[in-house]
Amino acid sequence: MEDNSTNNNTSRRDFLQRMGLIASGTVMGGAALFAGYKFETNKKHDTKIKALTAEHQLIEVDDEGNELPVQGKLSNLTYQGREGLHGKRWVMVIDLAKCRNARQCMKACQGAHELRPEQHHINVLQMQDSENTAPYFMPKPCQHCDNPPCVSVCPVDATFKRPDGIVLIDNERCIGCRFCVAACPYSARIFHWKEPLKQQEYEENKARYSQMVAEGKKEEATELERKVTYDVELNVPQRKGTISKCLFSADRLRIGEMPYCVSACPNGVYYFGDENEDAVTNGTTKETVRLSGLLRDNAGYRLMEELGTKPRVYYLPPKNRLFPFPDENLLTTEHHS
Amino acid sequence: MDHSLTIEQQKESLQKITNDLIKPIGIDRRFHIWMAFLTMVLVACLYAYYIQMREGLGVAGIRDYVSWGMYIANFVFFVASSLIGMLITAVLGLSGAKWITPIARIAEIIAIGFAAVAGLVIVSDMGRPERLLNVFLYARIQSPILWDVTVVTTYVLISILLYFLPLIPDMGMLQRNPTLPKWLRKVYEILSINWKGTPAQYEILHRSIKIMAILIVPVALAIHTVTSWLFAATSRVGWDSTIFGPYFVSGAFVSGISCLVIAMYFFRKNYKLHDYITEDHFNKIGKIMVLVSLVYLYFNINEFLVPGYKLKSDEAVHLHALLAGKHALLFWSVQLFGLIIPIILLLFKKIRTSGPMLVISIFVVLGSWFKRYLIVVPTQEHPFLPIQNVPENFIIYKPTLIETAITVGSFIMVLMIISVLAKLFPVIPIWETAHEKGIHEPEKLSFD
Repeated sequence: MEDNSTNNNTSRRDFLQRMGLIASGTVMGGAALFAGYKFETNKKHDTKIKALTAEHQLIEVDDEGNELPVQGKLSNLTYQGREGLHGKRWVMVIDLAKCRNARQCMKACQGAHELRPEQHHINVLQMQDSENTAPYFMPKPCQHCDNPPCVSVCPVDATFKRPDGIVLIDNERCIGCRFCVAACPYSARIFHWKEPLKQQEYEENKARYSQMVAEGKKEEATELERKVTYDVELNVPQRKGTISKCLFSADRLRIGEMPYCVSACPNGVYYFGDENEDAVTNGTTKETVRLSGLLRDNAGYRLMEELGTKPRVYYLPPKNRLFPFPDENLLTTEHHS
Repeated sequence: MDHSLTIEQQKESLQKITNDLIKPIGIDRRFHIWMAFLTMVLVACLYAYYIQMREGLGVAGIRDYVSWGMYIANFVFFVASSLIGMLITAVLGLSGAKWITPIARIAEIIAIGFAAVAGLVIVSDMGRPERLLNVFLYARIQSPILWDVTVVTTYVLISILLYFLPLIPDMGMLQRNPTLPKWLRKVYEILSINWKGTPAQYEILHRSIKIMAILIVPVALAIHTVTSWLFAATSRVGWDSTIFGPYFVSGAFVSGISCLVIAMYFFRKNYKLHDYITEDHFNKIGKIMVLVSLVYLYFNINEFLVPGYKLKSDEAVHLHALLAGKHALLFWSVQLFGLIIPIILLLFKKIRTSGPMLVISIFVVLGSWFKRYLIVVPTQEHPFLPIQNVPENFIIYKPTLIETAITVGSFIMVLMIISVLAKLFPVIPIWETAHEKGIHEPEKLSFD
């Protein structure tokens, strides 16, 4: 009898084991089928074209025309925002000798990104490195690091690095943990502690939009659609409880324009361009120069090189400053606060 | 241990132990009043959280520069205090210290309370709590937050098992005890999963407890080390430290043990457990407290003396704010009243008694909480680049009433968890106590 019962137990165990195997096999097989299906549906069926990279390698890229300034579909904004602009390596050069604290960059930026007066994607700081060295003004956007600490620590991939060098933030995914704020050594990130500046306007637009859609007024609705759809490259509409930061005006780059701050500067402080082309254009004078030459001739440098963050923003030292530092500002210049 | 007790003597002894330990069990008027009070306070605190949900995190004092404030400090404190479960059950238990039997379960209750609520505390710091699921949907394994979520959850689960497993024989024995309310006996019957006290069952039980006690050591070390990495993974002055892991873990034992002393004192007094939790227990715990505090002091000296010797420009600003600047009063109070003076006092045997240790432990708990505040907040007040073009409240962090209320709410929840567990189940293991008193088969005696 005893033997019999043991046998029964073993066979039951065997049975359960087999069932487990079959079940996990089914799940895995199903997952594989699903992944394959997804892959097939996402696959681009466009033709490939050959292209030469900056490193002189011949590669095949999708013939999508992404390099052309084509406005993508609104529904596709987040997707294309994560893809970036193919073949580009955006880079900014800030000439500290030319900055006189006009703050047009800050104004243009806050206007475009719908920020409050105390919220800065770009902030012009009054610097003095030590007691006997000259004070200067330093515009400080996000450095768009190639080794970005903020991206490393983000738990949900809300902030991400694009192949074209830009670090963006997806405020539809951000959980508001602010680990990136803690990790960023450049204090480049801001948080929406309360309702964003234009929240009310956004809500009104949204209500009007859904009304128009309901009434079937297609043309007017299309007009409004832009305003109520989240554009990850502009980070507008801003959202309460999420992060925002400088985006190198990725929306402007897509249509072949200079970033808001760069084109707003009256003093020729900013150069912006593509590292792959080794060319940067001054936002004020529209003069295009070689990036390597500009950095070499003016001893360009990057902020806090020792941290290994590899910024994409270069500074030219405040040598032969075009504008003297106003004396009354000296007192407020407090390094490391 | 007297092995020659007669069955009658054993029966009598078991009767007394059981009666003593189950007397506080069951819901009485005092418990109703206590829970009503806690609930009222909690409702007020939840209202504060509702305001935060409605208005945004801006109702707290945190801003773009000091963006982690009281919530994160409190989270670190909670994770720290929960490590006491591992210290008592695993470190002391596995090393064969028998005297911990009456306090092991109390330590486990504290661990469950703090670790479980720590998860909620972190949610109260989120700008978008409704997107919590994103952490799993879009999980990026590179982020220390993912590691923290994983290990804290694991720790809560193992702590619950370490609480539940040794409870099984007790519930098995108590399910037919006529002095207990009927519904509670039913609960015991279900939860005791057919415990009969057979040698085979005991073997499984001891084995499982041992496995869990071993497993919890790396997990407990991990939860607090990973919590410290939330800071140490950044390059900020004051956080960019290689000893943050052990520094946090040693500090965790200090705060955890003082929480345990407070709990021991109150359970002993209110549950009249003087025969079980004796002055000798306070004496021994006092000695351990000196040991862990000395280790923590050693890490503190390392953490402040070494950068203080070099005074790199950024470190100098930070250290000045802590040691002589705006945080100096808090810093030195924490170091003196929360660490140095307790160490000196506890060296004396007369001080290592219940009364004085309660007072000292309250100071140490307060010190531990503010110590976390000092680790989290001042560093963010000195970023690498100057803070300019922002209003005054962006520069100086002042906690608001609402965030204080939400923080108080988290403590209320811990107290509620501890109170409920201590009211539904015996806080001291009956079977282990019986075994130690020479009662070999308590199950048989109690089933008669």
